[in-house]
Amino acid sequence: MVVFEKPHALTDVPLHYCPGCTHGIVHRLVAEVIDELGIEGKTIGIAPVGCSVMAYNYFNCDMIEAAHGRAPAVATGVKRANPENIVFTYQGDGDLASIGMAETVHSAARNENITIIFINNAIYGMTGGQMAPTSLPGQITQTSPYGRDTDHCGFPIKVCEMLSQVDGAQYLERVAVNNVKNVKNAKKAIKKAFQNQVEGKGFSLIEVISTCPTNWGLTPQKALQWVDEKMIPYYPLGVYKDNTAEKEAE
Amino acid sequence: MADKVLMKGNEAIAEAAIIAGCRHYFGYPITPQTEIAAYMAKRMPKIGGCFLQAESEIAAINMVYGVASTGLRVMTSSSSPGISLKGEGLSYLAGADLPSLVVNVQRGGPGLGGIQPSQSDYFQATKAGGHGDFRMLVLAPASVQEMADLTIKGFELADKYRMTSMILADGTMGQMMEPVALDYDVKPMPEKPWATTGTKMEREHNIVNSLFLQPDALEKSNLERYERYKYIEENEVMYEEYMMDDAEICVAAFGIASRVAKNAIVEARKQGIKVGMIRPITLWPFPTKVFEKAAEKAHTFISVELSMGQMLEDVKLATKCKGEYILCSRVGGMIPSPEEVLAAIEKANGGAK
Amino acid sequence: MAKLTFKTDKCKGCGLCVDVCPKKVLTLATDKINAKGHHPVQAVNMDDCIACAFCATMCPDCIITVER
Repeated sequence: MVVFEKPHALTDVPLHYCPGCTHGIVHRLVAEVIDELGIEGKTIGIAPVGCSVMAYNYFNCDMIEAAHGRAPAVATGVKRANPENIVFTYQGDGDLASIGMAETVHSAARNENITIIFINNAIYGMTGGQMAPTSLPGQITQTSPYGRDTDHCGFPIKVCEMLSQVDGAQYLERVAVNNVKNVKNAKKAIKKAFQNQVEGKGFSLIEVISTCPTNWGLTPQKALQWVDEKMIPYYPLGVYKDNTAEKEAE
Repeated sequence: MADKVLMKGNEAIAEAAIIAGCRHYFGYPITPQTEIAAYMAKRMPKIGGCFLQAESEIAAINMVYGVASTGLRVMTSSSSPGISLKGEGLSYLAGADLPSLVVNVQRGGPGLGGIQPSQSDYFQATKAGGHGDFRMLVLAPASVQEMADLTIKGFELADKYRMTSMILADGTMGQMMEPVALDYDVKPMPEKPWATTGTKMEREHNIVNSLFLQPDALEKSNLERYERYKYIEENEVMYEEYMMDDAEICVAAFGIASRVAKNAIVEARKQGIKVGMIRPITLWPFPTKVFEKAAEKAHTFISVELSMGQMLEDVKLATKCKGEYILCSRVGGMIPSPEEVLAAIEKANGGAK
Repeated sequence: MAKLTFKTDKCKGCGLCVDVCPKKVLTLATDKINAKGHHPVQAVNMDDCIACAFCATMCPDCIITVER
């Protein structure tokens, strides 16, 4: 009996991510959810610009590569064109919380019935490790070589907390993928986010605290620890908003 | 012959788009094209379409990118500063070979400029819509009827060649009211097997994308695109010739400038001056061969434009700089008067007053 | 009887599976190099494997199939 195998919604193309990068785990969770909900044939994924720019090669559903930060706007177009399609974006922190902040907030405000998977690893990975909108105070990066000085360049943006104040947002949860228990919780959250869309419940965003061993300068194992020690204390896990229960009662 | 209705140019574009089967419009308010958005906001909900006011021009063009990916007809409209913001999206649309219709009702620039008519986005539309090697089909209407006609044509060409059609109008064309007949036999959309509408588990996944990390693959995609452009340059040029049969002086003008120029040409002909006009309707592809042929008889070319001679460069290129050239232009929202154009014609005729 | 299958060519030798295994079934094969140039994972004492799939859960490259 097969206990675990590659989900169908994931292609056989080898992932280009660095060893130990948890992008791959999140890709797999999304694919598992697509399989379990039986929606591969009607799902359209939107890839961002950043490390996951080539996500279009990794999912078996139809895929679109968007301009930097614009995935929620592209998703809006796709969903408005064909509301029966299941539309998700997969975006990193620079893409979603810096250059694409307006698109993020406004797609939430419009309560677009889409699913956003937001990878927060506190750094720009693809370009070689620059300071991200979610880099921690004091975090050393290529463009904050003396540590992120909040007097000089401000504070990290807590996306779930911020969006929880946007009336249109329906489901917001922050999860992590640094251990087996967290991965299982992340899967549940991602499944709910897709299920919400299937049921027409509106805008769902799952923020996944992820790792970047290469640009954090840590081994894959130490990177998982760093999530526990540094990231989760600043970005507490949990459900930040859930209007979907109310919708059921209606 | 269908009944004619009195419409503003901007409204004619909007109604023609609906007739062409466009059911998705995304825009952001900017003068002097807001009537298009207002018209769509009223009409789309009544016909099962989607009007959505985006948070920015950038978001609007990316919503267009999303709908275009699904193969449906889609459009956005804006005016000069807003088109600059859309430049990123225009480049991505080109890179992903997506069809779309974009309307630029030009106003004076640069910067915030003004809100009065202009043609100073000619370079931007015909040569530099965004980063990278790409072209847009640029259609320049000179009447409210053409605002509608070229919108229909724009959608058809966009689908045929998988690229963006841009209607390059100006504030006057947008605001002007004229009678217009809206009876069209719209060609059915071509099959779009590349569209991302879901695999239905019946085919390999489709990918809409402009990223090619291998330089040879990127070069190949560019070369293929330019093969298409070459075909378009040979087959899709549109222009109007006015009194060109014996013309020794050739006026070049498009859009509102061509209407002013026509008045001046009529006056000049009364004086016996052999002057005519070539009015490019497609600014890209530019009617190069038509100008080249005109240069066999014409000694002087007068470019009448609402810019600092942006089109004049293409006229010079088309005629290999063999003639004499005069720029007759007003900018910043000003429009040349028929008298100013007539003076230029008289100067070209060797008899400047 | 548990069975693990590895797509060894895709393994990047990150070792997340090795660390998470509660039964210490896995190691990185330091005497081997795969097509990607990494020391790939290998099972060294399959008898202890309980098919919990923790290894596959943490594998970023989805190279492990677990059967029981």
